[in-house]
Amino acid sequence: MKTLERVLLDHPFTQGLASEYVQVIAGCATNVVFEAGKVIFREGEEADRFYLIRHGRVALEIHMEQGPIVIQTISENDVLGWSWLVPPYRWRFDARALEVTRALALDGTCLRKKCDDNPAMGYELLKRFTLVLEERLQATRLQLLDMYGHKERKPK
Amino acid sequence: MTTPLLENAAAAWEPPVLEPQEAAPMLPRPYVVNRVRQETSDTFTVELQSADGAKPFRFKPGQFNMLYVLGVGEIPISICGDPSRPDTLVHTTRAVGVVTRAMRRLKPGDVLGVRGPFGSAWPIEEAAGNDVVIVAGGIGLAPLRTALYNMLHERQRYGKIVLLYGTRSPNDILYRREVEKWRSHFDLEVYVTVDRASDRWRGNVGVVTSLISRAPFDPLSTVAFICGPEVMMRFAVLELQKRGVDAQNVYLSMERNMKCAVGICGHCQFGPWFVCKDGPVYRYDVIEPFFGKREV
Ligand SMILES: Cc1cc2nc3c(=O)[nH]c(=O)nc-3n(C[C@H](O)[C@H](O)[C@H](O)COP(=O)(O)OP(=O)(O)OC[C@H]3O[C@@H](n4cnc5c(N)ncnc54)[C@H](O)[C@@H]3O)c2cc1C
Ligand code: FES
Repeated sequence: MKTLERVLLDHPFTQGLASEYVQVIAGCATNVVFEAGKVIFREGEEADRFYLIRHGRVALEIHMEQGPIVIQTISENDVLGWSWLVPPYRWRFDARALEVTRALALDGTCLRKKCDDNPAMGYELLKRFTLVLEERLQATRLQLLDMYGHKERKPK
Repeated sequence: MTTPLLENAAAAWEPPVLEPQEAAPMLPRPYVVNRVRQETSDTFTVELQSADGAKPFRFKPGQFNMLYVLGVGEIPISICGDPSRPDTLVHTTRAVGVVTRAMRRLKPGDVLGVRGPFGSAWPIEEAAGNDVVIVAGGIGLAPLRTALYNMLHERQRYGKIVLLYGTRSPNDILYRREVEKWRSHFDLEVYVTVDRASDRWRGNVGVVTSLISRAPFDPLSTVAFICGPEVMMRFAVLELQKRGVDAQNVYLSMERNMKCAVGICGHCQFGPWFVCKDGPVYRYDVIEPFFGKREV
C-alpha cells in the first residue's frame, strides 16, 4: 500500500516541495473517500481542513432563493478549500461530491501550528496557495464577464 | 522548440475557393432554405440548397459566407456543415441583432443570397501527425465543427484529438446530441464546461480555459485551434503557453464587422490585415502584437 507521503507526492500541489516538508505535512493528512452526492462541508461551518483531490469531482454551491447554484467544480489534482487559512475559519460555500471522490484531507489546525513553528515551510505553502488563489480569481473574473452573452454597445 | 507549421500568416492563408461564383464574388446567388433547426434558445441552424443549379459548394473548414437576408442586410457567417456533403450548405447563427433576428424567422422554401466562400482555413493538413486541441467557446464551436468533421473522416492521420468546449449554461450547449455522440467516441476526448449551472448539472462548471491545464495532449507536438469571444481566446493562448504549446502552433479565428468580404472596403481591418481575406484564421505568433490591443 502507498504511504500517505507517497500519495502526497503524487499530487501537483506538493511538486518540488522539500521532502522534509512533505513528511511534516503527511503528519497532518488522512486519506478520505466521499460517495456521489455526499456533502463535504457546508457554508458557515468551521473550516478546519483542506483537501487535495486525487480522483473525482466536487461542486462548490451557493444557495439562492431559486435553489442551489453551482459556481465551480473542482476535480483531480485540484485543491479544495482555503478558508482554513484565514480568520474566521468558516466555509463560504457548500461542497458536494458529484461522483465518488478520493482525496487527502489536511488538518488545518495541525498545519497552521506547524507553519507557525516553521515559517520557511509556512512561506512555501502560502506561495502554493497564492498560486491556486490567483488561478481561481482569474477564472472567476472570466466567469463574471458573461463572455458568451450579447456584446452590448458601449454606453455613450 | 517546436517547428512552426507554416512560415507566416500569408502562407497560412490559402486563396479562397471562390467556386461557384469566382467570376463575380460580389454577386449573391440564390439559395433556398431546406431546413431550420433551433439549437438553443437564441441559436439556430439553417440548411440551404442552391436555387439556380450551382455546382456543389466546395469550401475549407474555417471559411465563411456572406448571407444576404433579402431586404434586410448581409452578414458574415461561418460554414459549419460537413465538407463531404457539398450539396447542402449549413450555417449556425446566434440571433443578436437586425439581420440575425430576421434570419431566425426564415422558413423552409424561403430564399437567401449567398456569396462565398471567403477567407483562410484551419490548417488541418499541416496539423496531421500532431495532437490537435480544439478550444471552443459558445457559438465558436460552429466554425470548428467543420474542422472536426474533416479530421474525424481521416482519424488515423492525427494523434489525440481533444475538444474543450465552454458555454454559458447547460441549456446553451450547441449541437448537444452530437457533442454527446463525440464524447462516446473512444478516439476523441471531449470536455464540456459551463459558466453557471443548477445542482442538476453533473458536469464541469468553470471557464473553458481551466480545462486546458488538465487536458491530455503532448504540448511539444500539439496544434491548437481556438474560436470564441476574444477575451476567452486571450486566456486560452496563455494557458496553452503555460502548458508549453508554441505560439507558432496556435491558430485562432478573428471576428470583425464586414461589408465587401473581398478586401476592398477596409471595414474589417485588423492591424495591417483585412480579416475577410487574410483571416479569419490566423497563426497566433503573427498577430500577437495586435491581438488583445484596443481597436487597431
Ligand atoms: C468571419 C466571421 C464569421 C462569423 N461566423 C458566425 C457564425 O458562424 N455564427 C454567428 O452567429 N455569428 C457569426 N459571426 C458574427 C456575425 O457576423 C454577427 O453576429 C452578425 O454580423 C450580427 O449582425 P446583426 O445585424 O444581427 O447584428 P447588429 O444589428 O449588427 O448588432 C446588434 C447587437 O448585437 C451585437 N453583436 C453584433 N455582433 C455580435 C456577435 N458576434 N456576438 C454577440 N453580439 C454581437 C452588437 O454589438 C449589437 O449590440 C461571424 C463573424 C465573422 C466576421
Ligand atoms: S470586408 Fe471589406 S475589406 Fe474586409
